[in-house]
Amino acid sequence: MPAPLLSVVSLVTQFSTRSGIVKAVDGVSWDVEAGETVALVGESGCGKSASALSVMRLIAEPAGRIVSGQVLFKGRDLLALSAEQMRRVRGREIGMIFQEPMTSLNPVLSVGRQLTEGLEIHLGMTPGAARARALELLGMVGIPDAERRLKQYPHQFSGGMRQRMMIAMALSCDPALILADEPTTALDVTSQAQILELMKSLSQKLGVAMLIITHNLGVVARYADRVNVMYAGKIIERASARELYANPRHPYTEGLLRSVPRLDEPRRARLAPIEGQPPDLTRLPRGCSFAPRCRWREDRCEREAPALAALRGEWHMSACWQAERLGEAVTQ
Amino acid sequence: MSAVAASREQAPEPAPAETLLEVRDLVMHFKVSRGPFGRSGLVRAVDGVSFSLRRGETLGLVGESGCGKTTTGRCVLQLETPTSGAVSFEGRNLVGMVPAELRKVRNRIQVIFQDPYSSLNPRMTVGQIIAEPIAVHGLERDPRARHERVRDLLVRVGLSPQHALRYPHELSGGQRQRVGVARALAMQPSLIICDEPVSALDVSIQAQIINLLAELQSDFGLSYLFVAHDLAVVRHISDRIAVMYLGKIVEIAGRRDLYEAPAHPYTRALLSAVPIPDPALEATRERQVLSGEVPSPLNPPTGCVFHPRCPMAIERCKREVPALKALGAGHEAACHLV
Repeated sequence: MPAPLLSVVSLVTQFSTRSGIVKAVDGVSWDVEAGETVALVGESGCGKSASALSVMRLIAEPAGRIVSGQVLFKGRDLLALSAEQMRRVRGREIGMIFQEPMTSLNPVLSVGRQLTEGLEIHLGMTPGAARARALELLGMVGIPDAERRLKQYPHQFSGGMRQRMMIAMALSCDPALILADEPTTALDVTSQAQILELMKSLSQKLGVAMLIITHNLGVVARYADRVNVMYAGKIIERASARELYANPRHPYTEGLLRSVPRLDEPRRARLAPIEGQPPDLTRLPRGCSFAPRCRWREDRCEREAPALAALRGEWHMSACWQAERLGEAVTQ
Repeated sequence: MSAVAASREQAPEPAPAETLLEVRDLVMHFKVSRGPFGRSGLVRAVDGVSFSLRRGETLGLVGESGCGKTTTGRCVLQLETPTSGAVSFEGRNLVGMVPAELRKVRNRIQVIFQDPYSSLNPRMTVGQIIAEPIAVHGLERDPRARHERVRDLLVRVGLSPQHALRYPHELSGGQRQRVGVARALAMQPSLIICDEPVSALDVSIQAQIINLLAELQSDFGLSYLFVAHDLAVVRHISDRIAVMYLGKIVEIAGRRDLYEAPAHPYTRALLSAVPIPDPALEATRERQVLSGEVPSPLNPPTGCVFHPRCPMAIERCKREVPALKALGAGHEAACHLV
């Protein structure tokens, strides 16, 4: 079997704050195969964005630090590259799409210039060739009237159009992988649907692998091949999207799925929330981080943290002492 | 908590309650000028909106950003003086009321905001935040009794009395929103405007707050005007729902009718755009992706404001503004084709 396109191995990223060391990413391993769409799902503070920023080596130092681990991209460890080498990876080999396009676009450069800049720097294109490619990219992401649009500035674009522009920029140098951090969270539902359909069709057409980082389980259901669920800096469950939603094997995943009201189900009198609060990352409990909120908790959960382990005969992993029992209970 | 749930289930269907809030032909236009020498324009944020809300009822107000749902809520609160129209609360028109009188009436209309962090004073303790409106409005003059009241409110919203000494930054997002709810309750309101009250919260916390709002509603007989963009959350909490687009209500109906028999093409598109957390279902689901974007309220389209994006639009839609048409009991839609 060929090595995955991207392989994150035992990554540990920490931030020092006034209240102590925050273990944002706490020994996490995951990978993305060429051409596939993988999701990192979790709530705020679970470490999903810190994981992506670590891959790109964009963790703000000195407060933040990648403590240990490897990020193997096409077999090279990105953490061992020089700053100069890393700059050639960002944008050229790995594209990025952020949540808030307005803050990630330069407000004083025309849209055309922001697109052609990368092409000229990374690919050494002439201004003319870069312009032609920019026009082609805008067409590809569904921005009409591309000639006129190239001369405009980001503030003249709507939220949905800016996100299309971000996609065009991310795709501009033919990357093998795109990291998309909450790509549609800032958009309205109807634009969300448009942008996600666009990302899906482009990634299939161009064979680009995607890592989607999101808190929205609904988004992931339609667009991801595999899903990693994170909680308090760790991956607590991993499975194919179909498997995860049909047969969740971690109480947190199961709780998340149960707590959201769904349009395809009859309305319930009460929602079933996960009680309690997410843990303080500077004072994680000794055992399982989810134990204080878990309705399946046993004595062992408070003493020993369960590792992410494969379930019997399945491509499905869960970090829970009760994973097998939970499977039986859910199927019943 | 289970006792509350049980009493909710056993409660008989309430008799048609009196109308608490009546909004008639509400119009809110903002003047804007573009640049120092630019032409001035008119943003038609709310453009002729009418609805009513009964005591104990929840009306959901949904739509995309810029549709005017938040401005409508602000007009009800009289934080904006509407360009025209009437807002009757407990039988009296708030528009044009003298300030001293308005202050008294408005006590009974409270608001819960989206971002509890920016709506709580960071320099005040939770106890002070909740006690302040009680003191300012003279609802409880005795400091000791006021202190008791704050304790009761904290417990009522699922916090502990010790939280009174904490500052907002020491609390999680969900706890901060509980403080926002306690502050609103402190005024003993009959109407609470909930402006995206859970959309800034984590998924696992949203359900906690929604359940809390439902409990408080049945315990205190509150009415909610629930402004939100999440259609699944709105279905859960609302008795009736109004869908807004570019400053107008395009459809209004009871929960069942709106979600099971949506009539307006925009409502149908909104519903089909909501992702469902089930890959097997999503794989077979027809998705109607709307083309284009919401036009600028500075220069709304002629005729039906939705016609440039409507998959069913005909010639007439470009020329004539459709009025809300009754389709059944309490179900109205503004479309030439229904």
